Amino acid sequence: MTDGRKLLRRRELLRSAALGSSALVLGGCDAMNENATFRSALRGAERLNQLTHRSLADRATLAPEFALSDISPLFKTNGSLTGTSTEYLAHLQTNFADWRLRIDGMVANPMDIGLDRLRAMPARTQITRHDCVEGWSAIAQWHGTPLRLLLQQAQLSPRAKYIVFHCADNYGARPYYESIDLIDAFHPQTILAWGMNGETLPVKYGAPVRLRVERQLGYKQAKYVMRIEATDDLSKFHGGKGGYWEDIGDYEWYAGI
Amino acid sequence: MEAAPEIAQQMVKRHALSTRIWHWLNAFVAMILLMSGLMIFNAHPQLYWGDFGSREDYAWLQIDDTRTTGFVRIGSTSVETTGVLGLSLDAKENVRRVAFPGWATIPTGYDLAAARRWHFAFAWIFALGLTAFMFMSLVNGHIRKDLHVRRAEWSPRALWTDIKNHARLRFGDDNDSSHYNIMQKFSYIGVIFLLFPLLILTGITMSPAMNAAWPWLLDIFGGRQSARSLHFVAAALLTLFVVVHLIMVLLSGPINGIWSMITGRHVTKSKPEIAGDLA
Repeated sequence: MTDGRKLLRRRELLRSAALGSSALVLGGCDAMNENATFRSALRGAERLNQLTHRSLADRATLAPEFALSDISPLFKTNGSLTGTSTEYLAHLQTNFADWRLRIDGMVANPMDIGLDRLRAMPARTQITRHDCVEGWSAIAQWHGTPLRLLLQQAQLSPRAKYIVFHCADNYGARPYYESIDLIDAFHPQTILAWGMNGETLPVKYGAPVRLRVERQLGYKQAKYVMRIEATDDLSKFHGGKGGYWEDIGDYEWYAGI
Repeated sequence: MEAAPEIAQQMVKRHALSTRIWHWLNAFVAMILLMSGLMIFNAHPQLYWGDFGSREDYAWLQIDDTRTTGFVRIGSTSVETTGVLGLSLDAKENVRRVAFPGWATIPTGYDLAAARRWHFAFAWIFALGLTAFMFMSLVNGHIRKDLHVRRAEWSPRALWTDIKNHARLRFGDDNDSSHYNIMQKFSYIGVIFLLFPLLILTGITMSPAMNAAWPWLLDIFGGRQSARSLHFVAAALLTLFVVVHLIMVLLSGPINGIWSMITGRHVTKSKPEIAGDLA
């Protein structure tokens, strides 16, 4: 009887020793993780990464594009699978016939633009890779209006620094939103996509329009975009960090990695 | 009278200051990178080959759970790993359905955003440290004098002798431990010049912004998901190196070894025959 007990006790002892020593290291790391000064020091790397990426690539350098044969057989759906606002649900009933994209904020010519007018504008088609912050990737063909053209029509103010995308989906209790700077806003691959893999953009992928900003991660690719607002200050929106996941989960605003 | 016929001891200079600083900095930084990396892996505990890969696609490696058991699957082979991988208990005995358990990750609990901040900040220290160490080792002759595998060492006989010595737990010439033995050189060269650069480059390849800046990285590694797989494999190999390295330190005189990596000086015994002659 004692052998089994001894073995058990020894295993328990080893276990608590292993847990104890790792708890010491991890306890330290967890404590530092909660420390505001340390967190902001770590955050310094985000700025460094952005500066490095921007200096290594021209502002118009394209993200890699793929062939039709590279497209993922099944593009994983993620985040909200439909818009949730009453306004959105009403538009969904009429197949977005009366839906208008609002472009306002720091622009000289605020606009409301419907799907027909959007589809009549010059469009770009690109087969690109969508990279989730979690680590997975999926490839799809996107078709849509370059954001640059819309901002030019709306006559963006020279004082504007960021473009904010207001979405129709509440993820959890809060509305989804995202923002990008003007370098990404005027990038040739930054489009408001209304087509995917040769079809009208399906609802679960963000209909009627979603943002594609190809040099950044998935959470920047806002779905169900209802309103585009130009601003010089992100701190006045929602949690103040420039995006839903930035506010909720402390994810980086610059999502180039 | 003469002193007792003890084996004469000699202090020799073994490690340059740059080597020592980098060694300890790296030991610390690599541990942070490994543990924060395991937390990042927990966010999507599957690996793929090629450009894309998600829950919808075939993963060559998966660490997951069936709600009651944890398992690791590589290809079509599955191994139950309940308690450690896939499904484990945390310090408060709560069941956690995560790939790597809390004691192996930074932070302990699931926090992808925090793990990424740790990983990307310390990755800079790692990459800059490696670059500085390589530069210093070129300048101070560490590469040429200590790591360079000489022609004689490449001979099958020398290699076989070194392998036999390792099997007998004799690491090089006891009387001249100021030099690295052949296996030691191979492993250090492999880690410093292959594994570390591979870790850095495959890491960079996962960045969509860097894919735009340096698209050739995707060509080298065969796509973003391949780079992610290679990053994980390289991290596993590095962990294996650290384990073997620590065993070697223990077997080859841990106090002298650790002391020399701190102070730079190593105690070397003069030949016993000579000591015998003196007596």
